[in-house]
Amino acid sequence: MDSKPKSLNLPHEISFYRRAVNSLVVGAAGLAVFLVLLPLGAIFAYLVYKGIGSVNWAFLTQTPKPVGEPGGGMANAIGGSVYILLIASAMGVPLGIGAGIFLSEYGRNHFGNFVRFTADVLNGVPSIIVGIVAYGLVVLTQGHFSALAGGVALAIMMIPTIARTTEAMLLLVPIQVREAAYGLGVSRWRTTLSITLRTATSGVITGVMLAFARVAGETAPLLFTAFGNQYWNWKANQPTAALSLQIFSYAISPFDEWHRQAWGGALILIILIVVSVTAVRVAAGRGMLRGAN
Amino acid sequence: MSNGALGAPHLPRSQPLAKPGIALVSARRQSLLRAGDSRIADQIFYYLMLACGASILALVVLIVYELITKSSLSWHAFGFKFFFASDWDPVNDKYGALPFVYGTIVSSFLSLLIAVPLAIGTAVFVTELSPRWLRTPLAFTTELLAAIPSVIYGLWAIFVLVPILRQYLQPWLAKYFGWTTLFEGPPYGIGMLAAGIILAIMILPIISSITREVMTAVSQQQREAVLALGATRWEMIRIGVLRNARAGILGGIILGLGRALGETMAVTMVIGNRPEIAKSLFAPGYTMASVIANEFSEATGDTYLSALVEVGLALFLVTIIVNSLAQVLVWSVTRGMPTRNG
Repeated sequence: MDSKPKSLNLPHEISFYRRAVNSLVVGAAGLAVFLVLLPLGAIFAYLVYKGIGSVNWAFLTQTPKPVGEPGGGMANAIGGSVYILLIASAMGVPLGIGAGIFLSEYGRNHFGNFVRFTADVLNGVPSIIVGIVAYGLVVLTQGHFSALAGGVALAIMMIPTIARTTEAMLLLVPIQVREAAYGLGVSRWRTTLSITLRTATSGVITGVMLAFARVAGETAPLLFTAFGNQYWNWKANQPTAALSLQIFSYAISPFDEWHRQAWGGALILIILIVVSVTAVRVAAGRGMLRGAN
Repeated sequence: MSNGALGAPHLPRSQPLAKPGIALVSARRQSLLRAGDSRIADQIFYYLMLACGASILALVVLIVYELITKSSLSWHAFGFKFFFASDWDPVNDKYGALPFVYGTIVSSFLSLLIAVPLAIGTAVFVTELSPRWLRTPLAFTTELLAAIPSVIYGLWAIFVLVPILRQYLQPWLAKYFGWTTLFEGPPYGIGMLAAGIILAIMILPIISSITREVMTAVSQQQREAVLALGATRWEMIRIGVLRNARAGILGGIILGLGRALGETMAVTMVIGNRPEIAKSLFAPGYTMASVIANEFSEATGDTYLSALVEVGLALFLVTIIVNSLAQVLVWSVTRGMPTRNG
């Protein structure tokens, strides 16, 4: 009998044209992936290839030498970056987590939506603008460029990121966990801090690290806040060197020796970022942090 | 009043039952207990968290206030002409921002032109085509692109991308596409084209990850329905997925545009920093973000500084509008708020 419906033989009915378009698109998508991975591979390869030669003990322990003198290092820039990031985290992390708690625990209303939207907008504000604002707020008030101004600029950039990830992580904690705590007579604020936040600790820390990694390499907001410095500085009201600033000024300089050092600095910076993020990710993933589940 | 144990029926109904073991308390003491229980602490905690949340609003207000007050000098001196005049002359205190506006727009759109097809192609591959085991590594690797600091992109662009452009790509473009007059002039390497390419690499991850996100949000039934009608893989993606996710994808693209507009360091390092309007993509240019980066800390004179802040204000407003538009579009597909119990 040939009453067998033809439509069951699907593959034979798809025309050559349609099949050709299909394979063409699949091929194009694969090519796109390749073209995206190409620069990524190239950047990392060059960082290692160019940077590894310039990173040595002197590079990690000495301050920059004047032009023409070989040697010297970026120790003060590495220290300065860490210093500025600590100032930024001290301000940005508590505020960001607080805002995240507000959004998830008290923000299921119009005002919460408004804050949520504003946080996303603040997230998209160009970093150079944040630099201008920190300049106006801190540098003009203090009278000079300073580590504090750099920290304020970076903190402003951390807050919305931390707030949004904290919110997302707290919402992952089932409502029943909260209800169980209320049922035992635990007050709301204790529940939020000791039950909800603690359950979500690993996620919240991941969010903080992402924000940290995002601002760790920022240069634009530091240009006229931290400003840079050829020497060590630990005073919060004085100009301070930063790794990213040093890379920038060395990269656009005309000296080969400085170019070499810029690659070294870039390698150190990327290692700092990648190592800190992966370490925390791994720790959080394995439940090594308190409260991780 | 009588005490609680005997007088229980006399208590107003709304009053909570006393805790076991402390049943014999006066109403006065009960209310104190209730307050001490947590009400005040809860209130304080609420207001603290509210303050943290409101600090985000305050920051945005602060940014707007700073930018407006610090740019008023330039605004009063030049008015709207500021954005249509093309002479940037600090020596004679005359400022026109047109070359920067032009450079920002051209470099951003050039980067979108390069990045959008690649980003969507990658997202399609990762969500719909790639073998399951390859998905997470691929997604993670594209995200890695987003973790590289702008200054490192700039460094790489100066020493790797620009020489490649100068030696290979630009001569080739000039030879075969010179007739478009877009690729004229000496191939310096540094210039608008280099800025566009490095920007494209930088905005790829954001466009790609949002596209992935909205494509994943399209329900599985849509795909199955289209497949059941006899569609090929691509037809399923086109009709079942891309069409349903298009608003979100557009949002992702616009978000990428927002990034490109405000991106500073990498662009500053390769665009050439010359305030000129040239048709050729080989020519050096200047962007709004770059001029602030280069000249802000050296700006002498109040009008000069004020003019730079006004450039910043314009950049801020444009990115706000662009980003808000993008948010609305993405929210229209993914419904915004993260949901409870993921």
